[in-house]
Amino acid sequence: MLSRTAAALYWLGRYVERADFTARLVEATVRLDALSAQPAGEAAWRSALTVSYTDDAFEETGQEPTQANVVRFLTLETDHPGSIIRSLDAARNNARAVRTALTREAWTAINRAWWLFQNRAMPSDATAALQLVEAVKAETRGFEGAVQRMMRNEATWLIQLGAAIERADNTARLLDVKYHILLPEGERLGGAVDRDQWTTILQTVSAVTAYRWIYSEGLTSGNVIDLLISRFELPRSLAACVDETVTLLSNLAKRTGLQGEADRMARARMARIQKTASSDVIVSGLHEYLEAFIRENAMLDSAIARQFRFI
Amino acid sequence: MAAGGTFDEIWGHGGPEAPRGEFAALSQWIADTSASELQRRQQSAEATFRQLGITFAVYGDSEAAERIIPFDVVPRVFLASEWDRLSAGLVQRVEAINAFLEDIYGERRILKEGIIPPELIYLNDQFRPEVNGIRPPHGIWAHICGIDLVRVGPDEFYVLEDNARTPSGVSYMLENREAMIRLCPELFRAFRVAAVDSYPDMLLETMRSVAPGSGRSTPVCVVLTPGHFNSAYYEHSFLADSMGIELVEPADLVVDDDVVWMQTIAGRVQVDVIYRRIDDDFLDPLAFKPDSLLGVPGLISAYRAGNVALINAPGNGIADDKAIYSYMPEIVRFYSGGEAKLPNVDTWRCREPEALKYVLDHLPELVVKLVDGSGGYGMLVGPSSTKQQIEEFRAALIAEPHRYIAQPTLALSTVPTVTEAGVAPRHVDFRPFVLTGSSGVQVVPGGLTRVALREGSLVVNSSQGGGTKDSFVLMNDGPTQSQSQSQSQSQSEAGMRQSQGNHA
Repeated sequence: MLSRTAAALYWLGRYVERADFTARLVEATVRLDALSAQPAGEAAWRSALTVSYTDDAFEETGQEPTQANVVRFLTLETDHPGSIIRSLDAARNNARAVRTALTREAWTAINRAWWLFQNRAMPSDATAALQLVEAVKAETRGFEGAVQRMMRNEATWLIQLGAAIERADNTARLLDVKYHILLPEGERLGGAVDRDQWTTILQTVSAVTAYRWIYSEGLTSGNVIDLLISRFELPRSLAACVDETVTLLSNLAKRTGLQGEADRMARARMARIQKTASSDVIVSGLHEYLEAFIRENAMLDSAIARQFRFI
Repeated sequence: MAAGGTFDEIWGHGGPEAPRGEFAALSQWIADTSASELQRRQQSAEATFRQLGITFAVYGDSEAAERIIPFDVVPRVFLASEWDRLSAGLVQRVEAINAFLEDIYGERRILKEGIIPPELIYLNDQFRPEVNGIRPPHGIWAHICGIDLVRVGPDEFYVLEDNARTPSGVSYMLENREAMIRLCPELFRAFRVAAVDSYPDMLLETMRSVAPGSGRSTPVCVVLTPGHFNSAYYEHSFLADSMGIELVEPADLVVDDDVVWMQTIAGRVQVDVIYRRIDDDFLDPLAFKPDSLLGVPGLISAYRAGNVALINAPGNGIADDKAIYSYMPEIVRFYSGGEAKLPNVDTWRCREPEALKYVLDHLPELVVKLVDGSGGYGMLVGPSSTKQQIEEFRAALIAEPHRYIAQPTLALSTVPTVTEAGVAPRHVDFRPFVLTGSSGVQVVPGGLTRVALREGSLVVNSSQGGGTKDSFVLMNDGPTQSQSQSQSQSQSEAGMRQSQGNHA
């Protein structure tokens, strides 16, 4: 496989995952906004910007962080590189560049998503915003389904590797920001607002039902953190993403003979996360843990680029 | 209605009431299928093309960076006997083109014998002294030719243009057929249509057959594209995909010690054959345009060393240049020893004073073209131009006559086409694809029919709003039997119900 093709497939996976995550984030924040007493709603939208690391970019627009403004910014704003539409744009550009490595179904899925959002009107209210993100989620699911049906070879694994790296990054950011920033002054830990926020996190990663299956007690922050860091059953947990990365890298190694630094880093991370008790993480500092995880994830990303000679 | 003596491929000179005998069933199908049903099928095809990304970019049109080419569901049909005649003419012509290129960059017998004025070669932008003396692997220059043909009567085909550089459109030939099989299956029951889907296999076989003799059992073949912003990118990826070979960009290739390598995740892999869809100018900055940032430095040197085959060979532009075109009958005679089976359109070379005088005197009747123009740009269609446009061209012709040729306006044949106001005749041209490998010349039974969608228009270029049709080549001639005709009609209704069901 061409090195350029490998890079484009990997980034295709990352960008589709990013579009999906941003859609989920908007959806969850709409919900949180609706539940919160004002002015907590605005805080919810601020935190949505922080999670996606786009608060500075938003600040530069000089707009107030109202629902309408942030939704527009995160979904269809073509001037904002982190918006859903720009993520889909980048995904499609990568897909186009490597069409020959994709099946017709996989290409059509991403191309369809792109056309669908090209001429879409900006969402006018919460209902329109929810319709939009629902459509984005449906399209990204369609793409993932098409990728699942591709041959089990390096093209598929590189897309999935990009998605796994991106997903790990997103979950870590989500957890970090919600834990430290969101709770407004004067709100009690474990109080109603706190609870809503944890529910919202679970919703963002589609894990409300999973939580109920796994934990017999009611919603606690400790359990949510445990679920999102350590539980392999949850596809978006850090543990699951780390596990997937190891598997995909070893699939790639078997087929291409390319094994190296990226495999070593991924396996070392896997060994650590298996030994990590979430309760210890909370005691010793969740924020520090997540920061280190995000940094490590970026280093793994660079190691992958070197190992597969991305150009 | 076939207007004023124009020949219609289906209706002949008789109009829908008296179609050509062989096509009575097809004419009946057109009459029996409602306009709204035809339009519905057309829209369905176009929605599919959009979804698949079968698009082309229109340069300088930022409003619609990507467009699909309009598709028409009424096919253009060739009888087997018509096709046999055409094929023979195409093979002869492409053999002559290859012989001409071999000669021009070699011995130049055709110049020495005074058949072509030497300055027409040496002062031509399309002549590439950089490849003088290079003999491409197996002596083949024009591996893939797209010969543009027009028809003006039952037995009158003319070559309008020879495309021997990077002819495009073959993906439309294949995709249009796919669309037709899905949307109008009843037509394939009524007619035995020759298959076109062997094209990718034939192309790969052609590519492999011209690999330099390196002794390796399976040569590594690639398609080289300028990148995914190129207007024909869809076709590049389609071809690579259907042949199962890599689609590479210049940055993926590196030349080391006159050997071409592609950079893969597992390291370098040697490349033997490159179907390049990049113009000569941008192929290798060391050989051609030094300021170009595109291209693969050292590629021509590897080619000169005989380590890689380039498809088509660099320098081919001299064979399909519009100034050379007018000499094509002489060229065919010179190399084949016989008369051209496919005639040229009469052409006045404006560089010749007498021809120029004639052209200036008859501008409103003629089509005037830039010798180095393409895509329907830089041309004057006399009969449909304003006085002002004609005067502008007159001034340009007087200033630089050598840059122009002129041809009579031909009554191009028409094919019934779906329009807003029902099915009506529209002018068409035709581009068959001719492949030349080390074991001979092959013509794929089909091609790209382009149709001018505006009433009366003769401009079929996609960049000028033209559309495309499928081109059926029939496997036998005979008029459809009356028995099979009635059978095909009842099948036609069944087919229609079926396709409606699919889209419900």
